[in-house]
Amino acid sequence: MEMIVASTIAVLTAGGVYLLLRLRTFPVILGLALLSYAVNVFLFASGRLAIDQSPILSRYGEATYTDPLPQALVLTAIVISFGMTAVLVMIGLGAFLEAETDQIDIEQQDDEKGPQA
Amino acid sequence: MMHWIILPVFLPAILAPLIGFVMRYDMPLARTASLAGTLALFAIAIGLTTLAADGTTHVYRLGDWPAPFGIVLVLDRLSALMVLLTATLALIVLIHAIATGWDARGRHFHALFQFQLMGICGAFLTGDVFNLFVFFEVLLIASYGLMIHSGGRERMRAGLQYVVMNLAGSTLFLFALGTLYASTGTLNIADLAVRVAEIPAEEAALVRVAVILLMIVFAVKAALFPVQFWLPATYANAPAPVAALFAIMTKVGAYAILRVHTTAFGPGIPGTEGLAATWLFPAAIVTIAIGAFGVLAARRLMPLIAFSVVGSMGTLLVAVAAFSPIATSAALYYMVHSTFAAACLFLIADLVVTQRAADTLTPAPATVQNGLFAALFFAAAIGMAGMPPLSGFLGKLLVLDALREPGSMAWAWSAILAGSLLTIVGFARAGSALFWKSTATPEPEPTLNPDEITVHAAPPPQPKATALQIAPTMAALAVLAGLAAFAGPVSAYLGDTSEQLFDRDGYVAAVIDPGEEG
Repeated sequence: MEMIVASTIAVLTAGGVYLLLRLRTFPVILGLALLSYAVNVFLFASGRLAIDQSPILSRYGEATYTDPLPQALVLTAIVISFGMTAVLVMIGLGAFLEAETDQIDIEQQDDEKGPQA
Repeated sequence: MMHWIILPVFLPAILAPLIGFVMRYDMPLARTASLAGTLALFAIAIGLTTLAADGTTHVYRLGDWPAPFGIVLVLDRLSALMVLLTATLALIVLIHAIATGWDARGRHFHALFQFQLMGICGAFLTGDVFNLFVFFEVLLIASYGLMIHSGGRERMRAGLQYVVMNLAGSTLFLFALGTLYASTGTLNIADLAVRVAEIPAEEAALVRVAVILLMIVFAVKAALFPVQFWLPATYANAPAPVAALFAIMTKVGAYAILRVHTTAFGPGIPGTEGLAATWLFPAAIVTIAIGAFGVLAARRLMPLIAFSVVGSMGTLLVAVAAFSPIATSAALYYMVHSTFAAACLFLIADLVVTQRAADTLTPAPATVQNGLFAALFFAAAIGMAGMPPLSGFLGKLLVLDALREPGSMAWAWSAILAGSLLTIVGFARAGSALFWKSTATPEPEPTLNPDEITVHAAPPPQPKATALQIAPTMAALAVLAGLAAFAGPVSAYLGDTSEQLFDRDGYVAAVIDPGEEG
């Protein structure tokens, strides 16, 4: 169980970092999505892995439960990363349409005219 | 419970969607609402500062859940100071944006501006690290919109780079928080201070990983070497008033390092003591060097100012890296100063660039108000470079005075002094190219084409900058002069502020204990 979760996080992170370093819009968006999946699973695991247990203290019987806080954190992180990915797609599209290139890094243009509109 | 503490977050949070949805097509109304909101925020910030000035740590428990189970907002001298700094800067920048018409060059400027203020104030007030992450995201997502306000090819590309950089930073932030939660079981800053102190040094490996991860995240925001590279491109391509507002964004990173790494992982905690300083100090030294060389090498006005911001962040973080009360109060003085100095430079750059065709540092025919602009730029530049009589000189003097440790003194003093010299040279060169040589550059002769000479006799004269457009720049300069004139009382207050920051037991007692507070 721990092995599967740990290697999942590792593979997702490695793929995410690799795609991020491609520095083209579409791979970078995919890479950031993979990274956010990795971090969501990672956050989930930070409250210890527990199977078949409710996230609230059960009132009767044996008091075994799983930590509810990481689940709340993951929910927040999912919502935020989802919204951020949407913003990134829109800004990436805008930059591609304006500049007609999907390179992320920008070369120095010291001598050119500034962007003042 | 006293509800004033939540107002700096609540007021912009309500105002922003109202402006965005209700006042969408009504620019005068949106401007009035935004200005009124920012004025109210300024008044609230002054109220909170007087409230915190007596040295008590006020705690606002959201939903009245006791810490560490609920989220708390904490108001002490430091967070009150930062909120006041934000509100003052926001007021100056907003008046400039309205007076120059920047806010009308794209949509939703005022809504994004208010969301930005909400995120910044929230980040300064929160007492919970995960809540800090959420407020970071709020301020970032608003800053993405402001960064690409009014569009344009270079701006969109720089904006994309800025977004990608910060999304990667946010992911790292979550990894850091996960590690921290796994090793301590809490994310409340006061509770972290208690728990981390209980961990013996030999078992603190995981916490130390989290400490360094968190520091990298804050370093991305504070533009610290080696993650400073996004800043020059972003600030140089952002709309100038937005760049002026972003002067506070780098300070959010510096504040987060001060708050988290002093209170939770600071001096006297066996597992993590000295860990942040070991890495922060050399990185800050390199940051000063990068800023100074960048100022010297820049061939456009906006990158020049952006690199001077990098340099000032280096100076600030050198002082932060000492993690001692004296150095921290020097750092706070320099933080207040450099925020207004950077904002002032960006605002004056906006006025200058609007009158000139491009922002390259080459002589061009003198603008209509060449003398006035030259004087303003000169004043702002000596403030930034750290020359008397403005507060930059006193700020750097305080920082130098605080860094007398034998191990660090040689590095810190030579970096700050040499960096200041290079910055002065860079600004002097830029100023003489922009304002001085320009007076010797003749107006280009109109081409003597007999057919067109009646139609295009002369280029239309640039409209003069109005008094309202110059007033915000003057106000920022006045703040610098005021900081210098009242340096005694200000630094005494900042000394109390940093004493309170280093009083970990007082902070923990105020946050954790459900005492009579509230």
